[in-house]
Amino acid sequence: METDLGLWAVPIAMLGGAIRVSTPILFVSLGETLTERSGRINLGLEGTLVFGAMSGYALAVMTGSPWLGVIAAAITGALFGLVHGLICSLPKVNDIAIGIAMMLLGMGLAFYFGKPFIQPVAPDLPAIPLGWWSDLPQVRAALQVNVLFLIGLVAAGVLWWMLKATKIGLTLRVVGDSTDAARALGLTPSLVRTLATAAGGAFAGIGGAYLSLYYPGSWNEGISSGQGLMAVALVIFARWNPIACVGAAMLFGAAGALGPALQTIGVSSGYYLFYAAPYVLTLGVLIATSSPTQALSGAPGELSINK
Amino acid sequence: MKTEHENGAIGVETLGMTMRFGGFTALDNASIAIPAGTFHALLGENGAGKSTLVKCMMGFYHATSGQMLVAGREAKIADPKAAHALGLGMVYQHFTLVPSLSAAENLVISREDAPKIIDWRKERADLGAFMERMPFAVPLDRPVRTLSAGEKQKLEILKQLYLGRRFLILDEPTSVLTPDEADEVLGHVRGLCEAGEISVLMISHKFREVTAYADDVSVLRRGRLVGQGRVADLSHQAMADMMMGGQSLAKPAARSGQRGETVLALDGAKARDRSGLKDILIERLEVAKGEIVGIAGISGNGQTELMEMLTGQRPLEAGTMTVESTPYTATRSETRTLGVRVLPEEPLHNACAPKMSVAENIALRSFDANGEGTRFWLKPSAMKALADRLVGEYKVKTASLESPIASLSGGNVQRAVLARELTGRVDLLIVANPCFGLDFTAVAEIRARIMDARNRGAAVLLISEDLDEILELADRVLVMSEGRIAYETPIAGADTATIGHYMAGHQ
Ligand SMILES: Nc1ncnc2c1ncn2[C@@H]1O[C@H](COP(=O)(O)OP(=O)(O)OP(=O)(O)O)[C@@H](O)[C@H]1O
Ligand SMILES: [Mg+2]
Repeated sequence: METDLGLWAVPIAMLGGAIRVSTPILFVSLGETLTERSGRINLGLEGTLVFGAMSGYALAVMTGSPWLGVIAAAITGALFGLVHGLICSLPKVNDIAIGIAMMLLGMGLAFYFGKPFIQPVAPDLPAIPLGWWSDLPQVRAALQVNVLFLIGLVAAGVLWWMLKATKIGLTLRVVGDSTDAARALGLTPSLVRTLATAAGGAFAGIGGAYLSLYYPGSWNEGISSGQGLMAVALVIFARWNPIACVGAAMLFGAAGALGPALQTIGVSSGYYLFYAAPYVLTLGVLIATSSPTQALSGAPGELSINK
Repeated sequence: MKTEHENGAIGVETLGMTMRFGGFTALDNASIAIPAGTFHALLGENGAGKSTLVKCMMGFYHATSGQMLVAGREAKIADPKAAHALGLGMVYQHFTLVPSLSAAENLVISREDAPKIIDWRKERADLGAFMERMPFAVPLDRPVRTLSAGEKQKLEILKQLYLGRRFLILDEPTSVLTPDEADEVLGHVRGLCEAGEISVLMISHKFREVTAYADDVSVLRRGRLVGQGRVADLSHQAMADMMMGGQSLAKPAARSGQRGETVLALDGAKARDRSGLKDILIERLEVAKGEIVGIAGISGNGQTELMEMLTGQRPLEAGTMTVESTPYTATRSETRTLGVRVLPEEPLHNACAPKMSVAENIALRSFDANGEGTRFWLKPSAMKALADRLVGEYKVKTASLESPIASLSGGNVQRAVLARELTGRVDLLIVANPCFGLDFTAVAEIRARIMDARNRGAAVLLISEDLDEILELADRVLVMSEGRIAYETPIAGADTATIGHYMAGHQ
């Protein structure tokens, strides 16, 4: 009994899209925020995301438990981050180049090991029906909220608090902002950065598990379509602030749902242009919020793009 | 606050400290003793090895050979952490505060025993109580990036006291401060010495400060210890002689030549300041051939922004800027055809490619020039020959022409950039704080070169926080205050008290 909502269908579908699509982007951008706050860029998160999707799916198929899949994805993600971090700790190594290499490596390995898991079906991660109060099926569908999304929200809050009010958080910011200052404090910048990259990788891995275990909910080679890379761009958009990452990821997700939503209300021509909306939006916001005379506020001073 | 170890000053001694960078000996067998509770000054020319010595003491560098005694006991200092554990602390020549963190965050994280979870309410209360006891204060909540140089320096010293250091090394602590600020800060540091709380080793180029605040002095030249003594027994001349070792001081060039036609003119030039909240507005500023126009002012009154406007780093919102009556936007071709040369402040950051070599940096103006035209293929032999000649002429101390310019001491970066800027045709010379952090021989030499450029007919705009420098060099004095030119006088009628009045922002 579909009720016809007319134009209202579009915002509702976008809200649903925002919640559904944003989760992996949120996790990757939280992970990247953590890494970049330490002064390194890890472009390899796209590969980590895909490998996380594959390993999470594989373990869920083999054990029957989606949660074990998520844990496996986090561990493999951390390993990828660790490798990136260790290689970048060598002298004269460029983090961006290594990131691209790690991205290709991650995707290549995932396709190689993932072949046998394209057919089998893995159990899905559970979702909580937060739309029980409504009679409208569209609203109920939109408010099917996956547990990982909620975990992501909590993680964003925790990261924000950690950066502000814990020793680990301040240490991370010191290292990210000034290697000299960090050395003067007796810290070892490369160690801190390596650990931050590993933690960031774990986040990206979890994002991958969401892709294969919930939405779209299967493992195939085109599963990520560049979401890991977009998430890295969103970190700049979110000004390295974990809370703002939530907003940026949701906005991105909502824009991504625009095309399909227009299609459901019968816009039949040109709607596919709206599939580009999230990318155009990101580009637009980045241009609008930057200025040639003022430094990017909030950018960690040690990022290689700032030097 | 640290309370676990005892308080009170400790003495420190170095024995035969030597430091080599590759084949270059930056420090050669230096032995210095600083008894507990004394204030020791370390003098020396730029590149003499002063910073190198103290960095070895702090474990930042690992000395090639030599020993350290801390409180009479031999100490192995592997890294700064080990130095801190012994109660040694240092305020570096370059700020080591974290720019994006607030002062409070900088203080708390610098503590070795910083709590895992920071209870900001409690920390704020503790910091407040600590600040009460301190002779000076800084705003605790703003990101350090937004503090003035003076405030940053005070915060650096506060940080060391907050950490309960018992031996404090200060590397040119006053080069970024006004004389009044310097007296305030050093007066308090001296007070802490007399109270037996700390011992101090201070690197300085200013004899006045050494005489006023230090007990003993050591002098380094080319990495060697060439003199030591009690400050009370030494005149400025004696200290200068030890530093120079028989070289002679460049004489200030006499003024000659006539004031010619206007070269640089700013008309109603307006731009945003660094914070983006206030304006810089220069109603009218003219600099003519054969004159030096000096702009005095306390740092943070818009001089940095004015310099950025003149170098094209900060776009004008309104008004015009012309050189030789043609609109000027500081492009490379304009600077070349109009003969504009610039020495901005912080030259390593504003006028160098830090990781490129000394030779490459010296060639930045001319590497693509081929007579009047430009060249496509570089000519490394010519670049090397030029660098070789200028390094010799301007006495730039560098391990080699291939070393990255960032490895030079502060004063030598200044010399290298000045060498580049004063070579070739100079019609308009714009300089900001040209003698910042330089030893007195270098100061005399650089001032003589600026005067010489003027005498040869260049128009010179000199922006400086050092009023003595302006009074020595300028033909006309302008005072900048709150982003405006507040006062103007020819040097003949210049009166220090009036200028100071306007500098302080009174009308
Ligand atoms: N890391 C390094 N590698 C190579 N050479 C170095 C390094 N650090 C310093 N030097 C060289 O050692 C010499 C001494 O430098 P140092 O910084 O100790 O001088 P300084 O006495 O502090 O001078 P200033 O008054 O200009 O600060 C300089 O010639 C410098 O080029
Ligand atoms: Mg020095």
